[in-house]
Amino acid sequence: MRRAAGEPDLLYVDLHLVHEVTSPQAFEGLRLAKRRVRRPDLTLATMDHNVPTNDEPPEPISAKQIEAMASNAREFGIRCFPMGSPDQGIVHVISPQLGLTQPGMTIVCGDSHTSTHGALGALAWGIGTSEIEHVLATQTIAQTKPGTMAVTVDGALPADCAAKDVILAIISRIGTAGGTGKVIEYRGSTIRALGMEGRLTISNMSIEAGARAGLVGPDDITFAWLEGRPYAPKGPLWERALDDWRSLATDPDARFDREVGIDASQLRPYVTWGTNPAQSVTIEDRVPEPDALPAEARESARRALAYQDLRPGTLVRDISVDAVFIGSCSNARLDDLRAAAEVLQGRRVKPGMRALAVPGSMRVKADAERLGLDRVFIDAGFEWRDAGCSMCLGMNPDILRPGERCASTSNRNFEGRQGPGGRTHLVSPAVAAATAVAGHFALPSDLR
Amino acid sequence: MQAVRRIAGRALPLARADVDTDQIIPSYWLKRLERTGYAAGLFEAWRRDPAFVLNDDRYRGASILLAGANFGSGSSREHAVWALMEAGFRAVIAPRVADIFRNNALRNGLVPVELDSATVTRLVDAVRADPSTEIAVDVERRTVEAGIVRASFTLDDFSRTRLLEGLDDIALTSKHDRDIAAYEAKRAEWLPVVTGSQRRL
Ligand code: SF4
Repeated sequence: MRRAAGEPDLLYVDLHLVHEVTSPQAFEGLRLAKRRVRRPDLTLATMDHNVPTNDEPPEPISAKQIEAMASNAREFGIRCFPMGSPDQGIVHVISPQLGLTQPGMTIVCGDSHTSTHGALGALAWGIGTSEIEHVLATQTIAQTKPGTMAVTVDGALPADCAAKDVILAIISRIGTAGGTGKVIEYRGSTIRALGMEGRLTISNMSIEAGARAGLVGPDDITFAWLEGRPYAPKGPLWERALDDWRSLATDPDARFDREVGIDASQLRPYVTWGTNPAQSVTIEDRVPEPDALPAEARESARRALAYQDLRPGTLVRDISVDAVFIGSCSNARLDDLRAAAEVLQGRRVKPGMRALAVPGSMRVKADAERLGLDRVFIDAGFEWRDAGCSMCLGMNPDILRPGERCASTSNRNFEGRQGPGGRTHLVSPAVAAATAVAGHFALPSDLR
Repeated sequence: MQAVRRIAGRALPLARADVDTDQIIPSYWLKRLERTGYAAGLFEAWRRDPAFVLNDDRYRGASILLAGANFGSGSSREHAVWALMEAGFRAVIAPRVADIFRNNALRNGLVPVELDSATVTRLVDAVRADPSTEIAVDVERRTVEAGIVRASFTLDDFSRTRLLEGLDDIALTSKHDRDIAAYEAKRAEWLPVVTGSQRRL
């Protein structure tokens, strides 16, 4: 929007997504300075991070934050999908689903997984609370120009691998800081062949590789997915938008600051063993020996193994699991629930296993129920919940107990992420479901 | 934001790589509605270990954090910066600071200093050998000095000026109000609005 020498560019924000946890201090800042929200009509709020996903009322401290979100939205004239609304859900699930996320838009949110929206060809990234206040007041954000990185994934993905395995493979290759300062463009035949929901999973975890944002060039799959959604352009505007979006594709001979290639045909389902998302192996492997890793990775591997209570050399399939969480903005869309339900159909989770299925939005939940997926989860012994972040970050009562080990479809396996002392292993929805049945890490084909 | 020109003080040698913001401040601390009250949550889980460096009295009162690569990765929570500042930290020196953390730090006057890992290691060694070692971070000259170690760091001119003058970002941007309005007038018609039309979902 504005460019001046010696200053970062000032970018206009086409959509600002707001949730209850990172925004209260920003609204308070506006009030203190007697400022208004410049464009309430380009701002959408919801409640996701600390809402309960069962019938219990929110605990008192969370309730305060939930109430603050509702009253801030009222005071500043912002549309909010509160708890109980059929449109409520995880912010990164609802916006694409409503068709608010569109190619070429700039989207920010006080949440690092805003990169999710890049799957539709939007430039989307996470910001902090001071920046939220700035965007609320000015609808703009200052950004230095990011570097560029191409991750090209080619080849046919094996049938038991999912988008989650692709992104875990990418992060394991480039590392947790591999994308720092850069925007990653995911390219190649594998990405092109993925549906929109799989692309959302991949873009979602760009931040786990340290990238500022991640995106996929929009194509016919993007357009078909968007068409007819509540906020997608209609009639002649749709045609004009389409013309514009088709012009967004990256030049075939574009140069990137860094390029990485991945052969999808060689992938296997991934399981993280450590406490950052780059510390992973395939399900066919063993927990690594820290001394066999590159020198700079050894110390954090040792610390991670101690925290995770794992012995080097253990077969991943021999690690037993206490809890399974199918949810989060990584993997709680309809395709994800369907993939898990396919595995769970006619099966039961291992006795003693705690198993939670938490749809990404109330719309996803309703869609899943129309397909009867809720019955499959419930009959298998899963709890079937309302939408929210839930056990992805343990701000509501859904937390791991200290020492509990969880196979999770979320995106972060940091120490204590799912509850103090909890141990997280990131996996795809199909592996999570098979693991719930087997009681240890397993593929669907391992069952029976 | 308060202006920052120079920070001189003792340092805490954390020296771990990939310290994510969930470690700096766990998520249940994020239920507060204020910008204050986070110091007790700083590195809460690690602090339960008496051997953790933050519990070491020799480093009490440190104003500079010596961190490992990829410091502040993960969640965008600005609370991580607030917690560090409330605990007295004014600068973080690391081989690499994660993007969002860096932005948040700059907005609050916590100076993010990236130095090559060999230099950070030398600083860590010096501080471990003598915890009273004083490190000086000079924002104006973009340098770090500690005894015989001298290094300069990168900080873009705009961020440097903002730190030196303690400028209010919103007031700065509001000067461009006319440009913003002009841009708004020519945005594509198909771009979605959330409330305006009150269309039914
Ligand atoms: S589901 Fe998890 S990663 Fe996604 S927005 Fe919620 S807390 Fe963040």
